[in-house]
Amino acid sequence: MEEKTLRIALAGNPNSGKTTLFNVLTGSNQFVGNWPGVTVEKKEGHLKGHKGVVVLDLPGIYSLSPYSPEEVIARGYLADERPDVILNVVDGTNIERNLYLTTQLQDLGIPLVVAINLMDAVERHGDSIDTEKLAKLLGCPVVCVSALKSTGIDEAVTTALLAAEQKKYMPRHIFSGLLEHTLAHIEEYALHDYPEEIQRYYAIKLFERDAPMREKLALPPERLAHIEEDITKAEAELDDSSEGAVISERYAFVERVVGACCKRTSGKRVSATDRIDSILTNRFLALPIFAALMFLVYYISVTTLGAFLTGWMRDTLFGAWLLPGARRILEGWHFASAAVSMLVDGALSGVASVLGFVPQLCVLFILLAFLEACGYMSRIAFMLDKLFRRFGLSGKSFIPILVGTGCGVPGILASRTIENESDRRMTIITTTFIPCGAKLPIIALIAGALFGGAWWVAPSAYFIGIAAILLSGIALKKTKAFSGQAAPFVMELPPYRLPTIINLLRSVWERVWSFIKKAGTVILLASLIIWLLSNLGFAGGRFTFVPVSKSLLARFGALLAVLFRPLGWGAWEPVVAALAGIVAKESIVSTLSVLTGGSGPFTPLSGFSFLLFNLLCVPCVAAIAAIRREMRSAKWTAFAIVYQCALAYAVALCVYQFGIWIAGDAFTLGTAAALLVAGFMLFMVVRKVGAR
Amino acid sequence: MQTLNQCKPGESVRVTRVNGEGAMRRRIMDMGITRGTELRVRRTAPLGDPMELFLRGYALSLRKSDAETVSVLPLPKKKGTR
Repeated sequence: MEEKTLRIALAGNPNSGKTTLFNVLTGSNQFVGNWPGVTVEKKEGHLKGHKGVVVLDLPGIYSLSPYSPEEVIARGYLADERPDVILNVVDGTNIERNLYLTTQLQDLGIPLVVAINLMDAVERHGDSIDTEKLAKLLGCPVVCVSALKSTGIDEAVTTALLAAEQKKYMPRHIFSGLLEHTLAHIEEYALHDYPEEIQRYYAIKLFERDAPMREKLALPPERLAHIEEDITKAEAELDDSSEGAVISERYAFVERVVGACCKRTSGKRVSATDRIDSILTNRFLALPIFAALMFLVYYISVTTLGAFLTGWMRDTLFGAWLLPGARRILEGWHFASAAVSMLVDGALSGVASVLGFVPQLCVLFILLAFLEACGYMSRIAFMLDKLFRRFGLSGKSFIPILVGTGCGVPGILASRTIENESDRRMTIITTTFIPCGAKLPIIALIAGALFGGAWWVAPSAYFIGIAAILLSGIALKKTKAFSGQAAPFVMELPPYRLPTIINLLRSVWERVWSFIKKAGTVILLASLIIWLLSNLGFAGGRFTFVPVSKSLLARFGALLAVLFRPLGWGAWEPVVAALAGIVAKESIVSTLSVLTGGSGPFTPLSGFSFLLFNLLCVPCVAAIAAIRREMRSAKWTAFAIVYQCALAYAVALCVYQFGIWIAGDAFTLGTAAALLVAGFMLFMVVRKVGAR
Repeated sequence: MQTLNQCKPGESVRVTRVNGEGAMRRRIMDMGITRGTELRVRRTAPLGDPMELFLRGYALSLRKSDAETVSVLPLPKKKGTR
């Protein structure tokens, strides 16, 4: 007989420590941040030391409502796939709101174990929780764990496995007589054909007039009408909507439970977090501190420490030692000169030009991970919400953008915490306008080679990225497709926590390693192919080695180059490099280095136009895939790609055409086109739309 | 009737009713703002909006336009944070 796998689902509020626990249980390496919504999709892993047991990390949720995407994912999984047991991770320092979700999970009729996390913090605050009493009042096992210190894990696992053997769990009746009576009536009237343990969940959802549940059960209209009568009657007596009454009674139950089991003394004094916040979110100090922090992050990672390390890697380690060394060794082995050139000038230089940026990225990622893990990220969203709302976005849009400065893929995924659908779409489309880690090399290359390392080039890239995001926000919000319904901006401000070194290193390693892997695989291959295409071609009727300018690549690039002539870089090399950038943005630099042995055929102005085009244009395939996944629609993905390409072209066109015009060139067709495009963009931003 | 958005930092209030409907109301109530809940306005963001509330042992940020749907009754001033 085939062994059946047992499934443990980790469920709980955002930021309750589920991912830390998941890492301990499965021995995996997921990054843990201190802002709600770090885990945006479910992850699976095998339970360490137990064969045939799978652990699932569900996204953090506050409720099983049908409104936000994480909640829909989590409740869809729990209610339809029915794991064998739910391990409900509860943040002990925030027990009331956490137990509110527990009452909803209990209704599902699946065996449930409550694991109270952060018990050490509870005790440090001088509070206490009587877990035995709590277990009795909730009617399910309660264990204490510290996910961070890996204590209580074995007990939690044993308890969960034991609970799973019961197969089902009968939900408890926790509401007032009137509400329980109505629910019982709905169960009896419409749900008696369903398994006993799930009836209560279905009945509550029907009572709440939950749209997905109504659709799923597909009750005949006369039954629905009968239920509706019950609901209306109960609503009149409860003086609240059915949905509101259920929520209020759940919280009332939780208050009774907490009152009986928990002693709180900490509420009486000002917490450390409140003291820190009185400075960091202070009316006068907050924005200057924020600006200084952001400047510091980029000053350290881009300008000073990071640039120093990266320069050393590129010029000394690779430039002076490894590449000449490899060439000498290969020549020593009497390789054909074409083969030596292919390996050294093609593959190795391509990879080296990208790997050179690893130290810089390490510095940037470690600083970003610190901001994420300590809890400052939510404060940024809190501070900037009003500003971002003016541009049609939300304070939460800043988190994807900030994460996106490291890598666009997690940035796009982070947009899932935004409740409002049109805000979310807009954030997904615009997040990659901010230069990601892989675009830094392009900025560094152009700034170094064409502007003598001028200080303003790198900041201007970020400034233009932010401007593109904000102005896109204004313009898109005025279109019909983005004028959606308002959703509330409700966000938890978690207590500050000092990140652990291991967690920071884990995050940096995860992100840097994926960068290195790309360099070793995709970029190695792309560099090789580009070297081959740029050295082979037809000459004298034969397919053979030819000078670069007559190669296959040159011909192909030249075909497309005409499109980019108005942007100032209508030569084939930069066109090919931009195309290679769709594979991975790092390969723009490696391609230019393979093709031209340097930075390409640019004037400062056309180089700047090339830089802008590549910053704003469609991101790499990995990010496009992330966009597709988050949009969950081919149409919206296509819109995002077209929008990004069109904006990139338009901006580069305007900058180059106005640039040469101002520099004294004649007014040409190109200048006219640029004026037209600029006028159109301005119109889209400033036009007034009627009240909706 | 006073609404939550009119409250000043430092003020403590009791929720008397959550108005509004649909996803908006559900989200606000899911976060623990239900009838009878006592909460304190800790501060407003540097630009004047949103506001930071403290309730049920945790800190929550809410926009003033959303706070407008919450009717409240001011509580007499207490010493300490809660």
